Amino acid sequence: MLTVQTEHDFDRGVAVLRDQIDTKVAAYFSSCVHCGLCAEACLFYTETGDPRYTPIYKVEPMRRLWQREHTFLGKLGKALGLGSDLTADDFANWQEMTYDSCTLCGRCSMVCPVGNDIAYMIRRQREAFAAAGYSPEGLQGASTRALEIGSPMGVTLKTLKAQIDHVEEATGLKVPLDVQGADYMLLLSSMEVVNFPETIESLTRIFESAGVSWTLASQAFEATNSGIQIGDSKIAAELVGRVVRAAEELGVKSVVSPECGHAYMAIRWDGPNLIGRPYRFEVVHILELLDQLRAEGRLKTEGLDDRRLTYHDPCQIARRGGVLAEPRNLLHMVAPDYPEMSDTGRMNWCCGGGGGVSANEGAEDLRLTAFKRKKRQLEALNVDTLVTACANCRIVIEEGLEHYEMDIQVTGLTELLAEHLVSPHKPTPPT
Amino acid sequence: MFLEFVEGPLWYASAAIFIFGVSLRLIEVLTRGMPPDLSAPRGPGWPGALRTLFSRSWTAEGFTRGATFHLVAGYMFHIGLFVLLLFAAPHVVFLEERVLGFGWTPAPHWLFILAADLAFAGLALLWLRRVMHPVMRKISTFDDHAAAILTFIVMFTGCMALLMSHESLRAIHMLTVCLLLIYFPFSRLMHAFTFFLSRGFTGAAMARKGVQA
Repeated sequence: MLTVQTEHDFDRGVAVLRDQIDTKVAAYFSSCVHCGLCAEACLFYTETGDPRYTPIYKVEPMRRLWQREHTFLGKLGKALGLGSDLTADDFANWQEMTYDSCTLCGRCSMVCPVGNDIAYMIRRQREAFAAAGYSPEGLQGASTRALEIGSPMGVTLKTLKAQIDHVEEATGLKVPLDVQGADYMLLLSSMEVVNFPETIESLTRIFESAGVSWTLASQAFEATNSGIQIGDSKIAAELVGRVVRAAEELGVKSVVSPECGHAYMAIRWDGPNLIGRPYRFEVVHILELLDQLRAEGRLKTEGLDDRRLTYHDPCQIARRGGVLAEPRNLLHMVAPDYPEMSDTGRMNWCCGGGGGVSANEGAEDLRLTAFKRKKRQLEALNVDTLVTACANCRIVIEEGLEHYEMDIQVTGLTELLAEHLVSPHKPTPPT
Repeated sequence: MFLEFVEGPLWYASAAIFIFGVSLRLIEVLTRGMPPDLSAPRGPGWPGALRTLFSRSWTAEGFTRGATFHLVAGYMFHIGLFVLLLFAAPHVVFLEERVLGFGWTPAPHWLFILAADLAFAGLALLWLRRVMHPVMRKISTFDDHAAAILTFIVMFTGCMALLMSHESLRAIHMLTVCLLLIYFPFSRLMHAFTFFLSRGFTGAAMARKGVQA
């Protein structure tokens, strides 16, 4: 039975950390000249000025292990009893840097002069910290619920069915469940089911209007992958495996990743590597599917949105996922002249809550401090609405806006499109 | 006698350590292993690897804070160093007679002076940033300082040897060069070889996802 490591086991952590030093990591450490530029790309450093949040410093435990075991001088020092080995205190001291102050957004990886993918390195260091039990309680709880209940927020099939009933009542449309041979199997994130059920309603209307053959799967409706966030590949593989089994049993052509950044990273890019084989189906992000429908003339909107809005790129979908043009194509359908933020697309600033940070209660104050970056970006544009494509970004941004008393509405891109859909199935006006 | 030793046995020994050490380090890195990426790519990785190999020689889009200083000082140092290394008249002669068997036109004196000024100023600026900036102080290790100081000494003795044309200065310069060659494979100076790998790996991985890195 797969479980989450909650007890501290330092030796296990070091053994796992040792395994994480692959060719890439070794090349990255060999290349790093400690220039410190990655700090300026990290919102946890820029908004606090604390040098401990320099991205490359966050992987100091892994660097020290690499230096001691994979370099001549390190080996010589060890043989002569010079220098010090990693200790449990190092793991305890670096837990904050490994989890609280990194969203795995990968902005640092875009500016490193020697090309180091520091987000990749931190993701690998998390494997060791998770194995050693030096991970945040919030992520441990989320991962346990994902394994035992099927959702990090404890959302059950019963809860989903209740939401489906609401959607069917509101739209008069059928929400397909376990349809054999459908073209697309849609995944949802717990946050969408619990906090933003209007997304399900919007997709139901859009798919009906566009004539999309789709289904939800009762055995695997959850897209969120806590294993990726806590850094436990075995848990991540189990969660991906559930989706793969459901998709292959239903015989769908494609699996659709929802408006959730890490879900997309998990199912689209990490998934095949986690389960050790390519999929027998295609994975598309919901924005890719909607943009395809737009290009085929199957997604039609009417009217322009009169709100002053902008778009926030979720890091895992844009910078780390490659879905950059699609949201802009879609947004231009209803807001052709919307202003972009100063740093956008692949260089966008994170909301501050990705990579499991939003599920980590101990990181809340730091997250809200880091949000000042997004606050300044939004203030510079003087917008009244922010559109995004990640339920986690959405809730983190809403909390940040509330904390700083900013009067900006946040909405999902799918919802925005559904509001302008040319269809007899118009969304329910907000009450 | 001392000059003969440093330009003879010590030079050959340090050059051998350099070549053997660098090769060993590269082999060690490359044999760590890297499983194939099984995800369906949006495009091939190698064009991205090539692109990133060059794109990281400039600052990322809109990324100027901190980067401008580093970019300017970094280019001053590296350009100056390469001009000194490859075009200083004694180096051209040494490489022709002792290593390659052919030579090329050396840099005129004014260019040598300019290159030396650039290299010294760039290295000094980078090192000052290292000791003054809180981030740099936090992340710098003994190796960072040792590599910078050793490089400075090599450049300084080299310039003194060229300008003073004294045999003992030339011997001291050769000694520091040999020390640098011996230290190189075990130090952060290895980035001169491994940056091809790190830029390439990241560029390829991002290109598979359809992102220009």
